[in-house]
Amino acid sequence: MRNRALRLSASARGGLGLLGLAGFFGIWTACSVTGLVSATFLPDPVSVIARLITLLDNPYAGYTLPEHLTASFFRYGSGLLLATGIGLPLGLLMGWFRLIDDIITPVFDGLRFIAPLAWVPFAALWFGTGLGGPVLIIFTGAFPPVLIGAYRGARLIDPQLVEAARMLGTPHHRMLTEILLPDAVPSIVSGLRVAAGLGWQSLIGAELIVVSSGVGYMMVQAQSAVSTRTVMAGIIAVGLVGSAIDFLLRLGEGAVRQRYGVLGPSK
Amino acid sequence: MPSRRGIVAVLTSAALIALWAWATGPSGIISPVRFPSPPLVWEALVQVSTVGFGGATLPVHIVTSVALVIEGFLVAAGTGTVLGLAMGWDRRVAAIVNPIFQLIRPIPPLSWIPLVILWLGFDNSAKILVIWFAAFVPALINTQTGVRDIPEHLVEAAYMLGTPRWRLLWGIVIPAALPTIFTGLRLSLQASWTTLVAAELVGSFYGLGHILNEAQQSVYPGMIFVGMAAVGLFGWLTTVALAFIESRVLAWHPSVRELVSA
Repeated sequence: MRNRALRLSASARGGLGLLGLAGFFGIWTACSVTGLVSATFLPDPVSVIARLITLLDNPYAGYTLPEHLTASFFRYGSGLLLATGIGLPLGLLMGWFRLIDDIITPVFDGLRFIAPLAWVPFAALWFGTGLGGPVLIIFTGAFPPVLIGAYRGARLIDPQLVEAARMLGTPHHRMLTEILLPDAVPSIVSGLRVAAGLGWQSLIGAELIVVSSGVGYMMVQAQSAVSTRTVMAGIIAVGLVGSAIDFLLRLGEGAVRQRYGVLGPSK
Repeated sequence: MPSRRGIVAVLTSAALIALWAWATGPSGIISPVRFPSPPLVWEALVQVSTVGFGGATLPVHIVTSVALVIEGFLVAAGTGTVLGLAMGWDRRVAAIVNPIFQLIRPIPPLSWIPLVILWLGFDNSAKILVIWFAAFVPALINTQTGVRDIPEHLVEAAYMLGTPRWRLLWGIVIPAALPTIFTGLRLSLQASWTTLVAAELVGSFYGLGHILNEAQQSVYPGMIFVGMAAVGLFGWLTTVALAFIESRVLAWHPSVRELVSA
């Protein structure tokens, strides 16, 4: 009866996993093939994959899927870069200087509860719907975790270390590059990883609403044309790119943690 | 005696409001077409509260959005917590569900919106399903982690004393996992707001996202401001409410922590 302590062998786990997947795809295929759910609204897995492959070199909503993804990725990179460029130094400064912390924190707290997508109207009004608007929305999604990660990293620093360095007469710039920054790095990287995920999510949201290219736009067009296969192919593409981003950042995070020790945001 | 932090916060807010009024008003640095001045925001607030905007008055929009967030959150948190409990408790359940979950999890929740609209249109059920996709994941992951990380000796001791299974679940497993579960619920609530606003922007008849959408279409910065402020205010209020519930439910928690660390 002690299920929690029940250890499963690797083969049992693999078998049960396959059973789960088989059940999932089996029910999906059965619903679609038997006509229980109309194939217009629930195409079977094979035709979705086939659609995904077709989209690779046949344009839909003006561009092929790789072209849409490139457009999305360009916006995404710009937004993330902007969030890092502003959030990282600001977070570090807030962690190191009490006065900056006291000034910025109330403003940040006041804006924090506004969902990133609520910025869409102003983003469109200020920067248009091409590049600037979506970039602002990605920025609002990615900025908080970058800032919080950098802030926590800066606060984690052992004051004894700083005092010791100061006593030994360490010059300011060496203090920064050899004590303050390295100590903050693991937390900064964790923040960046969260930001990358939220930024990707905000980008898709922005593209659903305001732009005329990109994978989100392709999905909205497919939705109006009731092409469920294309919508689902888009979902898969977005998920794959999202996992690839997360995988790369995980690798980076692992490498950084090894280099700078295992201080994490959980502390 | 107000704290230094509090004084700085008040001064900063006052300075920002003054700067806002000055930049949008007398100085004319920021044109009212780009960002509304305080009187224009007030005007928009009065209009949406009395005459209405986007098909209804402000209270109707607020009630629509807040009710959907709460409903979606409850459905997602309920299913996520129950499945997370099962997965944390019984490794066979985890082994079956995990591969499916890993397949679906990397998909950004907002990308379900077009598919859900195809399935359910602009109906309330569509909003709840989209919220579910977003808010289900953190509730599940944190519950599973919470249950799995319960110290073995707590469960062993209970077994040894002959605790029946149901009491083990209610009396030990759930309480011990609660702090982690609440961490997941906070994330779920935040995800619920993000997705609801997005879903309402894409298509809705009422709600705060609908105000934002209509205000954007008719280039009405004052109303955009009102919509955003309402999203922030009610996002904050629901978060505070959840924190209050957490503090009540976990009032006993430090004593449990002592027990665990002993």
